[in-house]
Amino acid sequence: MAKQRESTFVNMVVVLFIVSAIAATALAFVYKATKEPIAKSKLEKKKKAIKNVVNDFDNNPIEEMFKIPVEGGDSVECYPAKKDGKIVGYAIKTFSKKGFGGLITLMIGFDPDGHIHKTAVLEQHETPGLGDKMQRNKSTFSNQFDNMDVPDIPDKDHDGIIIEVTKDNGTVDAITAATISSRAFCDAAERAYNAFKKIKK
Amino acid sequence: MSKFKIFTKGFFAENAVFVMLLGLCPTLGTTTSAINGLGMGLATTFVLVMSNAVVSLVKRQIPDQVRIPSFIVIIASFVTIVELLMQAYVPELYDVLGIFIPLIVVNCIILGRAEAFASKNNVFDSILDGLGMGLGFAMALTILGSVREILGSGSIFNITIYKGDGALVFVLAPGAFIVLGYLIALINRLTKKA
Repeated sequence: MAKQRESTFVNMVVVLFIVSAIAATALAFVYKATKEPIAKSKLEKKKKAIKNVVNDFDNNPIEEMFKIPVEGGDSVECYPAKKDGKIVGYAIKTFSKKGFGGLITLMIGFDPDGHIHKTAVLEQHETPGLGDKMQRNKSTFSNQFDNMDVPDIPDKDHDGIIIEVTKDNGTVDAITAATISSRAFCDAAERAYNAFKKIKK
Repeated sequence: MSKFKIFTKGFFAENAVFVMLLGLCPTLGTTTSAINGLGMGLATTFVLVMSNAVVSLVKRQIPDQVRIPSFIVIIASFVTIVELLMQAYVPELYDVLGIFIPLIVVNCIILGRAEAFASKNNVFDSILDGLGMGLGFAMALTILGSVREILGSGSIFNITIYKGDGALVFVLAPGAFIVLGYLIALINRLTKKA
């Protein structure tokens, strides 16, 4: 067997360079190979979320997506769902920056009359076992939003915020020990509702 | 050392978590449920086996003074590959473990095995060592995750055992320390000689 390569300056530079070059090549190759499947699985997830949150539709909401500006210079994506050319609902991809573990992305479906139809979590980094119960399969928290009737007139006591947890005098029961995550969920829903109101105008 | 012993020492005699107390950051962070612990353990095992094999292959070509940066580059590459592959082909698992995967890079078990074993032994032994250490780590994480999930959420592998909220503290960070402490005490008691 060959002897251990000595730690001369040239040896070190050459070896580190070669190791990094091989690593970079391998990563570039894997990145390229997985780019399409990753994009596909993300799109799949989005499609599934849209299907879950609005009534049956027969158009392609992804193609008809438009953006709605919201406060703070951001915008949310809106996916109109149509059946036989008639609007049967809007799926709004909304977000909240108030999560316990960073950005939360939700898909919220609205019926044309302003009811929330259903909600789905697209992305969240909340504490496993606590805040992540906002996901439909983990607790009944998000069921509260199904067919939720969002009142038309903002209540003055709530600074104009309509969707709030009970701790803030709202109507939504927070997840036990995860009030921050629940508030973020409400914040995202509120943002989607505000965007929805802009479509209706 | 016999081949069998190289493989099995990772489970008990030199278990990374319970005996050597290595890699505690991912151990404490990811074991909120049994399935998270198992997934993290298996992902770590994969990286450990691959990095041990590669490090053992190139060990004579790498000058002593740059071995640590070289090992880190090799390990980080494998971690990134695992992350990309998971994102592409098992998005469900990625949703659960996604934020923890980059943590594997800083898991000192992997660098520790590269340094202490793979850089001194042949490829086959290094792979065995990586496999044993990795599965031992996965076992430890699964046990820890199971205990925390049973006490904290009242379920195991997402199957409900009893109704109710459970003792919340076990899902949070302090619970991880408490359970780990008791498990180590138990294992020390069981393996104590005479």
